[in-house]
Amino acid sequence: MKENKKISFVRRKFLKTFTVAAAAALAPLAKANSAVKDFDFEDFVQKNFKEMTPKEVEKLLKRLEKKYKEKYGRDFVVKATPPMENVEFGYALNLSKCIGCRRCVYACVKENNLSRKPYQIHYIRVMRFKNGPIDLEKSEHYYESERVPEKGYFYVPIQCQQCRKAPCVKACPIKATWTEKDGIVVVDYNWCIACRYCMAACPYMGRRFNWAEPEIPVEELNTNTHYLGNRPRMKNVVEKCTFCIQKSREGRYPACVEICPVGARKFGNLLDPNSEVRRIIETKRIFRLKEDLNTDPRFFYFFHS
Amino acid sequence: MRFVRFLIDSIKETLKGGPLYYAWMAFLLIIMAFAARSYIYQLDNGLIVTNMRDQVSWGLYIANFTFMVGVAAAAVLLVVPAYIYHFQAIKEIVILGELLAFSAIVMCLGFIVVDLGRPDRFWHIIPGLGILNFPDSMLSWDVVVLNGYLLLNTFIPIYLIYKGYVNEEPNKKLYLPFVLLSIPWAVSIHTVTAFLYNPLPARPFWNAAILAPRFLASAFCSGPALIILIFQIIRKFANTKVQDVALFKIAEIMAYSMFFNLFLFGAELFKEYYSATIHLAPMEYLMQGLHGHNALVPWIWTAIACNVTAFILFLLLRNIRSVTMMNIGCVLIIIGVWIEKGMGFIIPGFIPDTLGEIYEYMPSSTEVMISLGVVALGFFVYTIFARIAISVNNGKLKYQKD
Repeated sequence: MKENKKISFVRRKFLKTFTVAAAAALAPLAKANSAVKDFDFEDFVQKNFKEMTPKEVEKLLKRLEKKYKEKYGRDFVVKATPPMENVEFGYALNLSKCIGCRRCVYACVKENNLSRKPYQIHYIRVMRFKNGPIDLEKSEHYYESERVPEKGYFYVPIQCQQCRKAPCVKACPIKATWTEKDGIVVVDYNWCIACRYCMAACPYMGRRFNWAEPEIPVEELNTNTHYLGNRPRMKNVVEKCTFCIQKSREGRYPACVEICPVGARKFGNLLDPNSEVRRIIETKRIFRLKEDLNTDPRFFYFFHS
Repeated sequence: MRFVRFLIDSIKETLKGGPLYYAWMAFLLIIMAFAARSYIYQLDNGLIVTNMRDQVSWGLYIANFTFMVGVAAAAVLLVVPAYIYHFQAIKEIVILGELLAFSAIVMCLGFIVVDLGRPDRFWHIIPGLGILNFPDSMLSWDVVVLNGYLLLNTFIPIYLIYKGYVNEEPNKKLYLPFVLLSIPWAVSIHTVTAFLYNPLPARPFWNAAILAPRFLASAFCSGPALIILIFQIIRKFANTKVQDVALFKIAEIMAYSMFFNLFLFGAELFKEYYSATIHLAPMEYLMQGLHGHNALVPWIWTAIACNVTAFILFLLLRNIRSVTMMNIGCVLIIIGVWIEKGMGFIIPGFIPDTLGEIYEYMPSSTEVMISLGVVALGFFVYTIFARIAISVNNGKLKYQKD
């Protein structure tokens, strides 16, 4: 009896201390938090993009346009333009011409609605090397030069290499990323669970992560979008360069190609024997990054002055 | 419906206890509550509240996950002597080891969930519901083997405990096949976890064939180290028959494992330093610092010091049967292996990154708090299950007809 009383006293005391401590710890829960507030049932039950019927895709695009209108107050076009027949995109970059101005970096940011704040995302990284061998560890990633090009330096821009044997696609546990028929490696932002295994697998830092909710000034938003490309992203998903899928699938150049002031960037159809990229690959001395890893990139570097 | 009665009686049993038991459970619950708060904060703001970034895209969570898979796999070191060699002293405690494996897997899954940026989409990875990129993705293999191991280590101990509760002889034909299956399965979970890192040519530091054996060797030290310590605690507070002879038997296996672990680590060091290609960089960063960045250097040397000292202590155990010495060795091993496999293994895989940039990572306070919460959850689960198992074993908890 006495024993029981003692236990019940201990228990009461325990419950009291525990409740107070737990309440203190969990107090902020009472405030509505964004994880609950932003919950969207239709997002939650959405299927993988690749498994959708054309009808479902159509419905989805409409839904997203409405959603973005509500969120940003602007009229978006969300397309799902399919790959063109007999097209495999390829890219060639002339290192003799690149002056390291980074206009491509910022044109890409604008075109593709990349997060500006609080976490800044760039698909393209321009690395500066002292004249000499390309030793990645000795490159400067954040050089701040008043004028470019600078004497004694050269520049190597790197972005997703759109590999034929993409290690990232192989790594993804849930097929949230895949290679399209035209060779573009895409991500279904609504399917990605953010395990970030693809980021560990990519040898080129081709993949970027939205560590926070992306913030873009509304007036700077590009409202001409593609589902697998530059539509607005959410926090905690992986994204990457898609050769500006929203433009390239309509026969236009990616933003980085358009902006380049020295014509260092060439883009085209690898299956077309008369295309510029094909001619470059066939006539110039070309190389690809980390050839030893056998990733078979569709991105080529060459020298031609 | 004796099983329902079993569940009800078990819950009742876990609610009873002395002041120390309540204090312990309250302590764990409070840690979990604070961790829950940090986790909500992380969900709210995104993974930016961690110190992970594009350059170092995995951190403390995945480090702890890797360590815990090892602990889970190590239960096999009790299962083999108990069920295959019928070593009586270990047979009496094997169930507590299986429960530890179960709790370790719970922690593994916990660390995966808190690392996922989109836990709301967790169903995408559930076989049958979502789409599993099987067999291409090694992560999909990990999902399969970890959940399989969880099921095995749920079924076996619960079945045995239940049979004890109703005072019936367990049906060997029913559970022994699963016990035997759990042996290669334990090896597989740690092998597959090593294979997560091992096949990525993008990360030369991980891209070594020696990885899976190294993982197993270190797991067979760290797991049993935890088991030895926990069993002594249980022995102190609950009436169980954990004999020293069983602990020393486990310690003997640990000494061999630690030898292999150190040997494999040495082989890795030799290969990297002698060939001295550009792929030496992450190892250099870890062991001596690179271009003035050396955040992990004190960590790895602590780990090496702990592991070597523990190895010597365990060798001496042959002649000096000292429980204290064994316990010191166990603590050193847990620290040493946790660093070697966690911070000392996951992080250098990302430094320098694939484009040569160095971003130094140390976990944020949010990551530390959430990790503590996951560990507290594991201990909480373990305490509950161990209590039920011990009470059934002591005859305190048994089926009574109304």
